[in-house]
Amino acid sequence: MPRRIVIGIRGIGHRVIDSVWRLGYAARFFSLILLKSGTSMRRFGLIIRELYFTGVLTMVIILVSGLFVGMVLGLQGYETLQKFGAETAVGTLVALSLVRELGPVVAGLLFASRAGSAITAEIGLMKATEQLEAMGMMAVDPIARVVAPRFWAGVISMPLLAAMFSAMGVFGGYLVAVVLIGVDEGSFWSQMQSVVDFRFDIVNGIIKTCVFGVAITAIAVFEGYNAPPTAEGVSGATTRTVVTSALVILGLDFVLTSFMFRGVG
Amino acid sequence: MTTNPLVEIKDLNFSYDERAILKGINMTMPRGKVIAIMGGSGCGKTTLLRLIGGVVAPSSGYVKVDNQIVHELSRNKLFSLRRKMSMLFQFGALFTDLSVFDNVAFQMREHTDLPESVIRDLVFMKLHAVGLRGAHNLMPAELSGGMARRVALARSIALDPMLVMYDEPFAGLDPISLSVIGNLIRRLTDALGMTSILVTHDVHQSLKIVDYVYFISEGVIAAEGTPSEVRESVSPFVHQFIHSEVDGPVPFHYPAEKYATDLNLENRIA
Amino acid sequence: MQRAKMDLWVGLFVIAGIGALLILALQVGNLGTYSEDKSYTLVGNFENIGGLKIRSPVKSAGVVVGRVMDIQFSAKTFDAVVTMNIDDRYQFPKDTFASILTSGLLGAQYVGLAAGGDEGMLKSGDKIMKTNSALVLEEMIGQFLFDKASEDDEGDSDKF
Repeated sequence: MPRRIVIGIRGIGHRVIDSVWRLGYAARFFSLILLKSGTSMRRFGLIIRELYFTGVLTMVIILVSGLFVGMVLGLQGYETLQKFGAETAVGTLVALSLVRELGPVVAGLLFASRAGSAITAEIGLMKATEQLEAMGMMAVDPIARVVAPRFWAGVISMPLLAAMFSAMGVFGGYLVAVVLIGVDEGSFWSQMQSVVDFRFDIVNGIIKTCVFGVAITAIAVFEGYNAPPTAEGVSGATTRTVVTSALVILGLDFVLTSFMFRGVG
Repeated sequence: MTTNPLVEIKDLNFSYDERAILKGINMTMPRGKVIAIMGGSGCGKTTLLRLIGGVVAPSSGYVKVDNQIVHELSRNKLFSLRRKMSMLFQFGALFTDLSVFDNVAFQMREHTDLPESVIRDLVFMKLHAVGLRGAHNLMPAELSGGMARRVALARSIALDPMLVMYDEPFAGLDPISLSVIGNLIRRLTDALGMTSILVTHDVHQSLKIVDYVYFISEGVIAAEGTPSEVRESVSPFVHQFIHSEVDGPVPFHYPAEKYATDLNLENRIA
Repeated sequence: MQRAKMDLWVGLFVIAGIGALLILALQVGNLGTYSEDKSYTLVGNFENIGGLKIRSPVKSAGVVVGRVMDIQFSAKTFDAVVTMNIDDRYQFPKDTFASILTSGLLGAQYVGLAAGGDEGMLKSGDKIMKTNSALVLEEMIGQFLFDKASEDDEGDSDKF
């Protein structure tokens, strides 16, 4: 019996040491990216190419999903609000939900599964086919040349994509509530504008998307760069990127929300 | 031109996870020669190339390239040394997102400020040397294995290095591509005055083109010599290797229990 | 993918993203109608603020003229100190009356300003002297029961 306890304690110790080591390793990797970003900033063409892959190619899914999410919000919001005779507040409901929560979170989840997984797969494959090592042997640092541009492209795209998602969602809510159902257009917009505050709602939403952008792309490049150089390794890393990003987005969202909207009605 | 060797390896030991992979290797590689390192799969040949390139550091001993001890160099010095050497990876390791032209131009664009017109001329010269000037617009995915290897060869000589290392350059090639690559390695080494280190297990092709051969077995140098010396060698390992014999010093069977024990025969008889 | 085409798409992407941000700021939010930097602050002490929160609107004649920026409890006077940001375009007389009101039956609470007749205008940092607290449901019910009880007393006295 005591032997089993010792083994159990050893297991806990092993896990703690292992996770602290991984955390330190990830932190070191992250600071290396920041340190070596100079190259990619000087050669902005590298970032532009990655912006195409992370930003432009994710735009379609973001716009379409934003439209539908907004339309559903408009429909559901109307159904509930009209029971209280407050159907003109549907604009407020759609805009606040999108700008504060759904825009950053849903856009972040979509971004992680579309762009994040693509970044992981691409870097992982480059590693599996020895392209990263070949680059190192050519005296070109793969972190500066391959990882940093993808990281910055992700960080730049994410807020823009989330803004598109929210704007499209508001448009979707407008389509359903005003065009389809016939809520008064004037009060739809004016109620929205009187409640949605630039500083507290929109700026906070943008801060959220920036934080999510950093988190998602950091996870994606980390998983790709440290993927085992095999087919299973790369596919596993891709899955981990999506799963970890989703958990991190939802967790961070709760933390950020509780800081931002504390004491505010 | 100095007469001292380009690569000098002294008492080199390397272990990975407490498993000794290389045990006391000594080698000298003079300039302008093609040197082959041969041995069975998994005997640490590729590790040796990584040690020369400074990707990993030895457990003890040293590798000297151009009179500099590789694992003691600072990062910047190592990178400037790497600009003078290059490595051809087993499957080419071409950058899949760049065209053939951009692959060859990669190092020129990264390390030099040459105008694009000069780079264009240089790339075409390198591609012409490997006979693939016409393929400059293709993407790596559109190339056959042999062509990809040739493009990688053109890329590795892009900055006229003093040392090129080849990791299994003959693996998975048809006989024609195989001799094409072999001849290219010999011709380019002579024409550019560089040194080539070949890691391979293709005996016949490499004995045709190399100046000196090292055989590595179980982490030590089992034999060495010029191709003609090696062919005449009486060492049982070299004999087995060159004549592709199934059994010999390198056993067919992985170390195991007695066959009878594994099949549980002894108990049954008893 | 040709370089020029890629540049074009990325340019469109960035423009669309910034456009979406502008739409959010101007059409969805209140950046177009109300800006914080062109405003002045007024302070008011209330005995009870009820459900008033930071960022609640400040209205006069039903028009939003500012927002509540800060709510503190004063340990000296034992009441709530409410700081309001008022739009520069609107000036109020010194004897303006501030009260905490509720929009609708269940709506959010806001500060209502009713202008008085004084010639002098309130300046930034000034204190509104006349305030009226929020109506608290329990107090209202208590008041109602009290009134009812005294009514019944009167009825009783009529009987006898």
